Amino acid sequence: MNFTLHVWRQKDRNSPGKMEAIPAKNILPDMSFLEMLDIVNDDLMAQGKAPISFDHDCREGICGSCSLVINGRPHGPTRGTTCQTYMRHFKDGEAIYIEPWRAKAFPVICDLVTDRSAFDRIIQSGGYVSVNTGGAVDGNTLPIGKDTAELAMDTSACIGCGACVAACKNASAMLFVAAKVSHLGLLPQGQPERSSRALAMVNTMDKEGFGNCTNQYECEAVCPKEISADWISRLNRDYIAAAGSPGE
Amino acid sequence: MLAPVKTSIGKKAIMGVTGVLLVLFVLGHMTGNLLIFAGRDAINEYARFLHEAGHGALIWVARLGLLAVFVTHMSLAFILRAENRMARPVRYVVEDTVQASWASRNMMLTGIVMLLFLIYHIAHFTLGATDPATFKGAFEPRGEQKLEDVYQMVVKGFQQPVVAGLYLLAQLALCVHLWHGAGSWMQSLGLNRGKLRQTSRLVGPVIALAVLAGNTLIVLACLLGIVTV
Repeated sequence: MNFTLHVWRQKDRNSPGKMEAIPAKNILPDMSFLEMLDIVNDDLMAQGKAPISFDHDCREGICGSCSLVINGRPHGPTRGTTCQTYMRHFKDGEAIYIEPWRAKAFPVICDLVTDRSAFDRIIQSGGYVSVNTGGAVDGNTLPIGKDTAELAMDTSACIGCGACVAACKNASAMLFVAAKVSHLGLLPQGQPERSSRALAMVNTMDKEGFGNCTNQYECEAVCPKEISADWISRLNRDYIAAAGSPGE
Repeated sequence: MLAPVKTSIGKKAIMGVTGVLLVLFVLGHMTGNLLIFAGRDAINEYARFLHEAGHGALIWVARLGLLAVFVTHMSLAFILRAENRMARPVRYVVEDTVQASWASRNMMLTGIVMLLFLIYHIAHFTLGATDPATFKGAFEPRGEQKLEDVYQMVVKGFQQPVVAGLYLLAQLALCVHLWHGAGSWMQSLGLNRGKLRQTSRLVGPVIALAVLAGNTLIVLACLLGIVTV
């Protein structure tokens, strides 16, 4: 298969970027999108040109590193991570537009690589539970219902890839924050800090320059871990309750 | 105390609450106006009641309250819009939409159309500036009782195709706006849980279509001569 890639090229944080047409030749349909980029980069380096920079790590859909907006959709045409997107999902000869996550809070570092440390700072501000050190707690001393455990598991599936921000018309991080706040807020260990967590994480989210949620649900449609926008409603509920409660 | 209100969720919550109040107004306004089908006396009595309730004070309380709600809703819309634009300084070359409705992506457009319409609507039916010849039946006293003829004002107003056209256009904008907005507040206020969101996704469209049907019925009935002076 052959493709014409239109790739965002940007030397560093401060340089202006632009789209550049790069041919991708002799691609096998069962190559992943990232393997296709590896081939293209080999070609570029053989010609003495700078390879395309892009984020990747596990290449098995669990780390959340790969982060390309392909033809306007984060992670490409299928619901999964970019590394789990295969070239058979594209038509031979197709023009493929590849852009980085676009958000003020995710500045481009080089080409398709963005700085997603804003997510780390949101987690640092409240995405934790405080536990006392000392002797280890016996297993099963704190029973958690199966339903609750399953719901917490659903939200903890978030890999922090940032596709929700990339897809959101307003570059809002609400689905990410909702997943993280709900994950801990569902479990008994997360209850003592439930209010302060919701307040702190939302405040940090705003400070980082993410946009506001307008309930369009583009985020849940592209989330590779299929996290529902229902969690955003829960976050709104938690936040409003926390903001309205005395002592907060 | 005001700090939470300034956050993204706080602003959206206020957007939702003011939106609900405006939806309630729109529904009340429509229900009252449907009295036109009950005849001249019914709607004129209703209009007089509105103007005289609480010795004429209630209407001003309602007007000022509405104005405050409306200004809040509108200013927050502009603030949120500006922030959302700033959150993505570089746009995508190729932009794709998976499930965001056209209505949800054009709230600003439909909102501005309604704002312009609202100015015209007040000039037309509240101040009588655009069409003084038919304004409240030009204050014709009816019998011994000095009753303003709102019925005649509405019918004669909508008998003019251009005027009726403007109202129908505004109803279309209102319908699209409500399609998203009249249900979206449930999410903003955190009321959606479990299966409720599937139902709440229908709330907007149902209210939007009901308002469209009710309001256009009044305009069309006058325009097509079904309701006459």
